[in-house]
Amino acid sequence: MAASEHIVGRGIGNKLILFSVILVAIMWMLPIAWTLLLSFKPNSELMISTASAFHPPYTIKNYTDIFQSSGVFRWLWNSAVVSIGVTVGILVLSSLAGYGFARAEFKGRDIIFVLVLLGLAVPEQAVIIARHQMFSDLKMHNTYPAIILPGLSSAFGVFLMTQYFKAIPKDIDEAAMLDNASRFKIFWKVLLPLTIPAQATLGIFSFLGAWNDYLWPLISATKPEMFTITVGMASTQTNFAQSEGLGFLMAQAIFAGLPVFIVYLFFQKYIVRAVAGAAIN
Amino acid sequence: MTDATLSPGKAVAAVKRPTGASIGPRWSNALFVAPYMVFYVVLLVYPLFKGIWMSMLESDMFDDTSKFAGLANYYRLFNDKIFIGTVWNTVLFVLMTVPVFVAIGLLLALALNRSDRTSATLRAIFFGTSVLSVTIVTIIWKMMYMPGNGAIASLMRLLGLEPIAFITTASLALPAVAITTIWWIIGLPMMLFLAALQQIPGELYEAAALDNASRWRSFWSITLPSIRRTMLVVVIYEIVAQFQLFGQAQLLTQGGPNNASRPIVLFIYEQGFRSWNLGYAAAASEILFLIMAVAALAQFFASRKRVEE
Repeated sequence: MAASEHIVGRGIGNKLILFSVILVAIMWMLPIAWTLLLSFKPNSELMISTASAFHPPYTIKNYTDIFQSSGVFRWLWNSAVVSIGVTVGILVLSSLAGYGFARAEFKGRDIIFVLVLLGLAVPEQAVIIARHQMFSDLKMHNTYPAIILPGLSSAFGVFLMTQYFKAIPKDIDEAAMLDNASRFKIFWKVLLPLTIPAQATLGIFSFLGAWNDYLWPLISATKPEMFTITVGMASTQTNFAQSEGLGFLMAQAIFAGLPVFIVYLFFQKYIVRAVAGAAIN
Repeated sequence: MTDATLSPGKAVAAVKRPTGASIGPRWSNALFVAPYMVFYVVLLVYPLFKGIWMSMLESDMFDDTSKFAGLANYYRLFNDKIFIGTVWNTVLFVLMTVPVFVAIGLLLALALNRSDRTSATLRAIFFGTSVLSVTIVTIIWKMMYMPGNGAIASLMRLLGLEPIAFITTASLALPAVAITTIWWIIGLPMMLFLAALQQIPGELYEAAALDNASRWRSFWSITLPSIRRTMLVVVIYEIVAQFQLFGQAQLLTQGGPNNASRPIVLFIYEQGFRSWNLGYAAAASEILFLIMAVAALAQFFASRKRVEE
């Protein structure tokens, strides 16, 4: 029958498509596989040719060297402090503001909300020179607050949480209001627990964003001991190969990539849901 | 904020006069948004206007003073061949990457819009690279592009070809940055398209299958019209994002050779924080802001027009 042939044809077509996507995916992983391979090679061999990567000797010396040089650990610690600071700050501010814009009426609220939405259109580059000047005037560069605070002005989280609070049925807080609970109590005890899925996605996004942020930390943190891992990895590669060698640099890249990769593996479901949610809104 | 404590006399109090939350406007409700608004005003609104002001100042590097210079910085920028070059490079970069993000992102989404394990793994691979930081991505791709020892050069030599020096050839430096960028963040457009594809009701395809419509036909008449809005979101988002190209170019090519891959943001960074021409850098950043706003607005109106038709 024509119809069933059609379906069989589709089956083969689907297999072909899947097969070619698998090929592309293998190509996609090659750069990382190559980096991984090089990270296990002695630096002296890589100096001569990277083709030696395909045969022994292999070594873990590049990784043990990371533990000797304290820089990377200090940078990882800085990144952790900054990313957690940004994440907690964004969650607190966005939850409060999201509830406020969605539920708590006050004069001028709608105009203020529109102004906040306009803030979404302002790129970081349009404010970065002035921000640098402000923190410079306050002599705050090379401190954690200087690296963390600008991230808290982003309107994205406020927008996301406002949408989320608006989607919660009003009956829920109206019932609580009849119980004579205060606004804050309703927010804290009744509505906030309902927003945990949104908190999770916003939290993961903020964390990854702060961890990978490059431009502002590069400008604000100029002392090596205040570098985040992202800025630190930039500084090592600009004078790369001259000092420590290729294999060591590759090992650093793999090592520095591990924390986010682990976060990704654990929270993949939330990340995918967050992206999908952003698309539908 | 009035804080109603939950006391035994609560019910009585409620009858007499509710002290808890009430419906309707109250100034104290503004306290919920106040903490964020402080950050918004101090770290976004204020620097935005301060930046515009700074762009009209001419700084004197010798005695650390600055004086009002009107639009002099802007005038200088339009006559600065290097700056005009960076604008051109950035536009070229957007033209190189955005169509590819749309095309490959959509192709991957179409191929992987299934619920089996293989597709889930493949999705994870393509999205996985986007969680890496730009500095790790550039280390990885330096190893690919390195002229003598890089993976691509070695591969070409293996095939008996003369290796191409991507990063040090003027015409190839920007495409090399573009390839790296696509490898890095193709996952986002793919995910956005996947989310859109999953919103299309299955009945539409079932009806098409009954009509014996070809895969191609159902793509044109069902899939494409259904994801038009997402397509627009991806295009606008990517235009705005790729206009902000910075780290990849700074770390892979340092803007070279001979400024061939220098984007606007790298120009701003170097003028502002390497040469300390703050006013000049601020003016350049305002122009970037303006270009991005125009791009977004144009897309917005283009989409409205199409919907109205």
